[in-house]
Amino acid sequence: MIPEIGHFALILALSLAICQGVLPLIGAHKNDPAMLAVARPAALGQFVFIGIAFACLTTSFIQSDFSVLYVANHSQLALPIPYKISAVWGAHEGSLLLWVFLLSGWTVLVSRFSSDLPELFGARVIGVLGLLSCGFLLFTLLTSNPFERLIPAAADGADLNPLLQDPGLAIHPPLLYIGYVGFSVAFAFAIAAMITGDLDQKWARWTRPWTTWAWLFLTLGIALGSWWAYYELGWGGWWFWDPVENASFMPWLAGTALIHSLAVTEKRGLFKSWTLLLAITAFSLSLLGTFLVRSGILVSVHAFAVDPERGMFILAFLAIVIGGALILYAWRAPSMDSAAGFHAFSRETFLLLNNVLLVIATALILGGTLSPLIVEMIDGSKISVGSPYFEIAFAIPMLPLVYLIGLGMHTAWRSQKAGALFKQLKIPAIFALLAGIVVPVFFYGRFGVLLVVGTVAGFWIMAVSMLQPIRSLRRASGASAITRGALGMSVAHFGVGMFVIGVTIVSAFSIEADRSLRIGDTESVAGYDFQLRGLRNVDGPNFRALEGEVDIYKNGEFVAQLRPQKRTYIVQQNPMTEAGIDAGWNRDLFVALGDPLGNDAWSVRMQYKPMIRFIWLGAFVMALGGLVAASDRRYRLTAEAKDVSPAISGEPA
Amino acid sequence: MKPRRQRMLAVGLTVVGIAIATMLTLQAFKENMMFFVDITEVENGNYPEDRNFRVGGLVVVGSVRREPGELEVAFELTDNQNELTVTYDGILPDLFREGQGIIAHGRLDDQGVFVADEVLAKHDENYMPPEVEESLAKHSTAQEAVLKAEQANK
Repeated sequence: MIPEIGHFALILALSLAICQGVLPLIGAHKNDPAMLAVARPAALGQFVFIGIAFACLTTSFIQSDFSVLYVANHSQLALPIPYKISAVWGAHEGSLLLWVFLLSGWTVLVSRFSSDLPELFGARVIGVLGLLSCGFLLFTLLTSNPFERLIPAAADGADLNPLLQDPGLAIHPPLLYIGYVGFSVAFAFAIAAMITGDLDQKWARWTRPWTTWAWLFLTLGIALGSWWAYYELGWGGWWFWDPVENASFMPWLAGTALIHSLAVTEKRGLFKSWTLLLAITAFSLSLLGTFLVRSGILVSVHAFAVDPERGMFILAFLAIVIGGALILYAWRAPSMDSAAGFHAFSRETFLLLNNVLLVIATALILGGTLSPLIVEMIDGSKISVGSPYFEIAFAIPMLPLVYLIGLGMHTAWRSQKAGALFKQLKIPAIFALLAGIVVPVFFYGRFGVLLVVGTVAGFWIMAVSMLQPIRSLRRASGASAITRGALGMSVAHFGVGMFVIGVTIVSAFSIEADRSLRIGDTESVAGYDFQLRGLRNVDGPNFRALEGEVDIYKNGEFVAQLRPQKRTYIVQQNPMTEAGIDAGWNRDLFVALGDPLGNDAWSVRMQYKPMIRFIWLGAFVMALGGLVAASDRRYRLTAEAKDVSPAISGEPA
Repeated sequence: MKPRRQRMLAVGLTVVGIAIATMLTLQAFKENMMFFVDITEVENGNYPEDRNFRVGGLVVVGSVRREPGELEVAFELTDNQNELTVTYDGILPDLFREGQGIIAHGRLDDQGVFVADEVLAKHDENYMPPEVEESLAKHSTAQEAVLKAEQANK
């Protein structure tokens, strides 16, 4: 009964989505108040019904109702309850349901906090979101119904993929999806602005906080995914340039460009059509990511043929959404740009460079990700593109960008005197140069050109990011304090610096050794002695494991004991590696157990990963910066006092 | 320098920078693009020399061998028509098993042995890499055709 309620709720949600997608848009066109009034209640109703459907599916999982096909395929009686819940979004059907659920959630938030928007504009935004929701609900109901019955019911389920049975991965998809789906709001704002044909600085101020919120969740989602890959996939890498990862990274890059372009549009009324294009791009890449990953087409064109119905729907949906948006853009955007000029040496120029470089990086990653598909379609040969390509293609535009960040942050709008800027930045520049050389040479004992370029860049961004907050602290209490927006920017850029330091040091100084060890053997890695003390069997709720006991010493002193496991999940019989990690702020020690090699020996992977925590910590600080910036007073002021923009627009972004 | 000269210089430097960046990117793409080659094609000598490529197939049951206590491992990979010896010095992935479909990255040495620097097995026992599946399908039918032809000749 419960699955049928869920199914029925989804159908009702679809009806409401159609109302929400059609009536407000027509109402806005005809200026019909009755039709406009449908928007908000329909959005709320849709949210409630999708919520019911989501709760029904969750209940089926908790009750282990194996008469539901999706539950039978992705759960099992002995699966711990938290993983029964996270299994809801563990595969295609459920993750689509999560997608529409979050979309309706964002829509409700927009309708709740958009009371200060002009009525017609707000109705159009909600209408566009309704249309997107229609597409997703249709896709779910027609091709990927999570409530499909399995008759006769299975006695026990096939279990959740062991890789997904982990707290990190339980919350990674929701965070990532909140970010993906959040870009739909910026997209809807862009479409509504193009329909209205009217895009002013207020538009940018409405759009900015929504974009920043989506971006910060996406940042957290990606960082969490990377962290999970590091400890759960068992082999210590933190980013693989896998198509699935690229699919989440491309919207992030486009979204980052959008945030910066929106700053220019809000402060100076420039880059309008460019901002619109980025809003369309960021969301299109999110859609592409969601669909391409789930459809399996990125693995091979042939995966597409496995389920042609889904494939065709996806293609049609992408064509309508992206194609429609671009046609509207080609039609309306050219009339929007204003002619205000700016000097070559100004913040506008730096933000333009930021955008160009980020878009180049996105395009190169997109090209690398899709090239196997393109080559296969052209001449049938199957290629794959190795991660070194992505590393180089990403580093080329990003290296100049990280150096330019420091200049751009402290450059004035409109025009800047070069001398004054260089005087300001002299001390951070000297500090960065010294620290960037001293740290690798004295702490890690090596000098390399690329290495130092990386460390100097990291210290440079961290140092320049502190200038504004420090100045604000020193200032007498009467003077105007730093705005949340400026503080958020400083914090986020500081995070970029931490990330750059982490990536540079990890890539240069990681040490990794695969060895054959017998019990009692000791192996030295990066000055740490790893001793395999023993092996024993342990049992988990739904797995059996062989657990190694590895003691680590440095110069004879005990550092840590790690217990890496080799697990076998009872239902799926899949072996899985559970690494043992000793985490420190400046280094991780990592042990993973391989296979028995005969003669009582085991293959063991030992790794020393310096500064790897800075990678995720840096991403976390970036997200924190987003949070600070999104909470800026001026975004809330608009609700209370409209049209005070002239007084506010003088502040730095 | 006059502003005009300055601007020319800036434009010139940008163009040179972009040209170098494009060259580096294309070079990186060329170097890191790996072709998937059927085992039968490898046997026929149709494989890219002096660069890495990918092979895939089923691990022949009973073929995995190593010196006791040593990390280095050797096994046979088949597309149901021909076999290829693969060696690998490292830890095999969790799902590496005899009879399982796997993909290896590496190159062929002088003795015709494929020296892998990476071995991939997807984390799902029902999962067969699509390239491997296609290669198997192609060569299984080829094998059957050969058998039928032989029977017809007898």
